[in-house]
Amino acid sequence: MFMFASLAASIATGSLASLPALLALSTEPLAHLRLLDILVIVTYFAMVLWIGFYLKGRSNTSEEFFMAGREMTAWIAGLSFVSANMGSLELMGWAGSAYQYGILAVNWYWVGAIPAMLFLGLMMMPFYYVSKIHSVPGYLNLRYGGEARSVAAVAFAIEMILMSGINMFAMAVVMKVVLGWSLNFSIVVSSVAVALYVGLGGLRSAIFNEVLQFVLIWGGALLVPILGLVQAGGPAGLKARIISTLGSDSYLHVWRDTGSFSANPMGVHWTGIIFGLGFVISFGYWTTDFLVVQRVLAARNLHAAKMAPIIGSFFKMAVPFIVILPGLLGLVLLQNPDGSRRQLVGEDVVTACAASSTGVPSNQAGCSAAMTKTNLTADYQKKVLSGAPGSELHTYNQALPLMMVRYMGPGLLGLGITALIAGFMSGMAGNVSAFSTVWTYDIYKPLMRKSKPDSHYVMVGRMSIVVGVLVSIGAAYLVQQFHGIMDYVQALFSIFVAPLLAAILFGMFWKRATRMAGFLGLLLGIIFSAGLFLWVKFNPAALAIVALSPDAKPMAENVYRAGWAFLFATLVIVVVSLLTKPRPVAELDGLVYGATKLPAADAVPFYKSEWMWASVVVVLFIALNIIFW
Amino acid sequence: MRTGIQIWFFIGVMLFIYGVLILGYGLSELVTGIVAPVELSYLHAPIWWGGTLFILGLAYIIKFRPRRAGK
Repeated sequence: MFMFASLAASIATGSLASLPALLALSTEPLAHLRLLDILVIVTYFAMVLWIGFYLKGRSNTSEEFFMAGREMTAWIAGLSFVSANMGSLELMGWAGSAYQYGILAVNWYWVGAIPAMLFLGLMMMPFYYVSKIHSVPGYLNLRYGGEARSVAAVAFAIEMILMSGINMFAMAVVMKVVLGWSLNFSIVVSSVAVALYVGLGGLRSAIFNEVLQFVLIWGGALLVPILGLVQAGGPAGLKARIISTLGSDSYLHVWRDTGSFSANPMGVHWTGIIFGLGFVISFGYWTTDFLVVQRVLAARNLHAAKMAPIIGSFFKMAVPFIVILPGLLGLVLLQNPDGSRRQLVGEDVVTACAASSTGVPSNQAGCSAAMTKTNLTADYQKKVLSGAPGSELHTYNQALPLMMVRYMGPGLLGLGITALIAGFMSGMAGNVSAFSTVWTYDIYKPLMRKSKPDSHYVMVGRMSIVVGVLVSIGAAYLVQQFHGIMDYVQALFSIFVAPLLAAILFGMFWKRATRMAGFLGLLLGIIFSAGLFLWVKFNPAALAIVALSPDAKPMAENVYRAGWAFLFATLVIVVVSLLTKPRPVAELDGLVYGATKLPAADAVPFYKSEWMWASVVVVLFIALNIIFW
Repeated sequence: MRTGIQIWFFIGVMLFIYGVLILGYGLSELVTGIVAPVELSYLHAPIWWGGTLFILGLAYIIKFRPRRAGK
């Protein structure tokens, strides 16, 4: 889940890794589309292709193709910034997490995002923006030199392209489970559409489609919590139903029960939430991951670049309304065909109870054993074991689609499904466009062809998008054949993010950090982090050392691994910096806090000031955490 | 975006088309009395949700319609 990108929620919840399992056992699709729904979906594809073809004429120079001409308004950059992080797996995964763990899941939207977004806008954007870099590795190049840039660029390019493939595979699986579509159909249609609209319109096309996706997600998903709240009797009714169903109000508190690991449904401690999630993981993702930072770099001026993450933070705070709330509503409203409360279960239970052609679970003993770990009633367990009609099991991650099917008839259901498709596609487009920029500016140009005309690099960028999509397709099929690969790909982000955060923070806020320190901190930090991952992978007993507890879940392991890697990279950077000669301060202008004369801020009225709006965000953020304490 | 077609216009067109389709279906439900078997169908969500999309889409189309450069 710590990827926060479109694959975010899935890692903590394990939903991504279990996608292939879902595929193997899916029988009847959750929903059946009608002609009107198909029309809604076709309209979306027509729109994205229209945008791609329209923007082709406005993507002729490298600045236009890779940086969208740096002319995005704060609103467009801000919506795109937050939308690049709102993938469908995240929406479905977090709705499932809310069903499973309660409102605690909201931390990944609030403390796990808002402080970092504000820090990016207010403190870091001046350096990113003023230096006119094209990518985050580009900043490392200016600050530390080509070695650090190359390490970051290669790691990032590999991560992006594999993520795109996983996104593609995930979309195909979800479409198969929800709609019964074939895997090949989903992969071919999504990859052709993404290659066309990003290849034609470049970053501008990706950004436009992310804004489109943002509107679609709200238009397609907002109806679920509205109707759910009506049916539950409003917020008070929902609260009463949850307490009466679960016999506890622990699901309704964000912080109150995080004083010990065992007191809350997720098994996390507040120190882990604040330092692991709120600092290392969150700052690592929101301030250094080029996928999201690229959106802000496309802003038309420094004020817009500062405002974009702040605007995004307002919407980020609101996303739980369409993600967490449907999960909580599903907990008390979803019903079986016989009217009893429907209880969702983990993928492991659904896998153990996979039915044979007769509809009866083929492994009766395994299914029975798996169900004993759930809250399913004895009667319902018997029905499942006998393959009785209407006794199928559904996973936590199906909470959102199940709620959609519950309330949405023809047309509206198509809109909800389109929102999911748009989420997947814009996730792929974001990965591929970021890959194209890093490949062209940080690998191809400095290492292969240094002095070519601008048009040459645009051509390389377009070709790298096509190649990127083709490699993504290969990755999608590879994952389908070898499911274990997914674990490693998911780990890439968590391995890479902490050392990168250390290198950038020290580079931006410590004049003494040297070229060799940045390079070694990044490289050794990545090796150290990968070593911890492999250590636990091949020796599960090491979990007790890495995550400080043998019972730690993958989520906790990610947090602690990132924390150790950050500390290790910090140590390397500090020690090596003190042993090597720093650059003259004069060379650090525009790159380091305290050595830079920032351009005078445009005179804006107070109601347009980024500090004023950031203050509003802080007040809202604190208020929400107090209200849901 | 300062010239050409703005993203908001594309969004307006999309919302407008969705509004027409969903509102149209909602009205047909009302006229024929044949209602999709979903929860709370008596609230006729396609009518008010489709209507909202329709109005929002129309407003965006009008406000952000493409104009010739220089105007």
